[in-house]
Amino acid sequence: MSGVFSPTRAKIKERTLRTDKWWLQPLITFSVLFSFVIYSTFRAFEGKNYFTEPLISPFYSPCLSEACVPGSTIGGFTPVSADILNFALSPALIILIFPLGFRMTCYYYRKAYYRAFWLSPPACAVAEPHEKYSGETKAPLILQNAHRWFFYAGLVFNVFLTYDAIISFRDEHGQWGHMSVGSLVLLVSSSLLWFYSLSCHTCRHTLGGRLKHFSKHPVRYKLWTWVSILNHKHQQFAWYSLAAVAFADIYVRQVATGAWHNIYFF
Amino acid sequence: MARKLNLRIWRGDSDSGALQDVQVDVNEGEVVLDVIHRVQATQMGDLAVRWNCKAGKCGSCSMEINGKPRLACMTQVASYPEGETITVTPLRTFPVIKDLVTDVSFNYKKAMEIPAYAHPADLAPGEARMEQIDVERSQEFRKCIECFLCQNVCHVIRDHEENKKSFAGPRFFIRIAELDMHPLDILKNRKKTAQEEHGLGMCNITKCCTEVCPEHIRITDNAIIPMKERVVDVKYDPARWLGSKIRRREGI
Repeated sequence: MSGVFSPTRAKIKERTLRTDKWWLQPLITFSVLFSFVIYSTFRAFEGKNYFTEPLISPFYSPCLSEACVPGSTIGGFTPVSADILNFALSPALIILIFPLGFRMTCYYYRKAYYRAFWLSPPACAVAEPHEKYSGETKAPLILQNAHRWFFYAGLVFNVFLTYDAIISFRDEHGQWGHMSVGSLVLLVSSSLLWFYSLSCHTCRHTLGGRLKHFSKHPVRYKLWTWVSILNHKHQQFAWYSLAAVAFADIYVRQVATGAWHNIYFF
Repeated sequence: MARKLNLRIWRGDSDSGALQDVQVDVNEGEVVLDVIHRVQATQMGDLAVRWNCKAGKCGSCSMEINGKPRLACMTQVASYPEGETITVTPLRTFPVIKDLVTDVSFNYKKAMEIPAYAHPADLAPGEARMEQIDVERSQEFRKCIECFLCQNVCHVIRDHEENKKSFAGPRFFIRIAELDMHPLDILKNRKKTAQEEHGLGMCNITKCCTEVCPEHIRITDNAIIPMKERVVDVKYDPARWLGSKIRRREGI
């Protein structure tokens, strides 16, 4: 017997004596994240309904495959073949590893899915079911240390998605000076992604956290201070941005299939 | 005005023990430690409980109340619904001695394994000067009262006794962070030893330590994650490693 049932510890047969609804939070987290995984997997493999002038789904941007529908690429730049080893590759599959990797290695999401999916632990002071535990010291979890590389890649993606939001201020014929519900959806989505990225712990470390003497680096200290303020809300930005990206994709898909009409404000 | 409170207290030692039900008077404004003392004075004269300041500053009265690690002196009885039975047990991560008292010597052994502050050799006592912005990060960690609630709730050792050999725990990660961020500390290998000797890599960031800290120290966000990032700098980031070889980079 190990853990709370170890021989020297107080002999209490319950795994936890908590009386509150400790299981509710991991259950909600599991439900939301699992739903997102199912939906995003379906969308990543669907390979269509991701572009309708002037909107492109964030799941498919930047569109780098020869399979990308006309108009969805950036200046016709399509360096990746439409299929690999005779397998027709959805354009989303080429790029999703980067935002997915960023979220998978994110310090907040680690807490969320270790608790909700791996029950390690399911909640504070609730005994976990596993016999052995080595944390993030061995493969594959030691790869969590690659978070900063996904963060850098995520910043590049944010630039592309911001570009998508900007060019959505056009009409179906490419004329500037228009704004639709779709523009608003992409703008909110890309803005929340910036907040999520900039509030990241790695961003905080890179900008100033690694310094020993703030006094010698006043600009980096100021940046660190600002990011620290955002960092308090990293969890919220993680959820808001996830929901916003999912909704942006749903919106573009619905408009692309003709189920919804993209209403223009002007 | 006094009311009756149903209390379940774990009584026993390392060989055996059980939860015992008692009913005790409770007055408005009282904390759990008050009613434990009343039980001790009126019904269980030999009830063992460790306490000292009754002000949330000594860290002695750590226990688990309705399964949550808390300071008994800072837990208002009124924070529980009237009529609810309150269950009080000793900390479940450390060996029990008697009733609500546990043997927390594990923590003192771990404290001794952390290398002390290393002062620059060319600075005589009294000559050290530091700017406030350079020390304020470390000052947050100095609020620690060593109640060991964070150590108790950490599942790495709570649920895996065998990890106690290789894992220092959140209280000592904030100590390591405090020293590594200290503007005058000159010991260079704190990051590597944090990972290789004190088990920083075992932490999976589930933030329970932060949730239970009575001093509201942001243990995970301000100490553990920054230390994990500093470890990445020296162990897992080839670009940073190369940069440190080409020119001296501060913080490594």
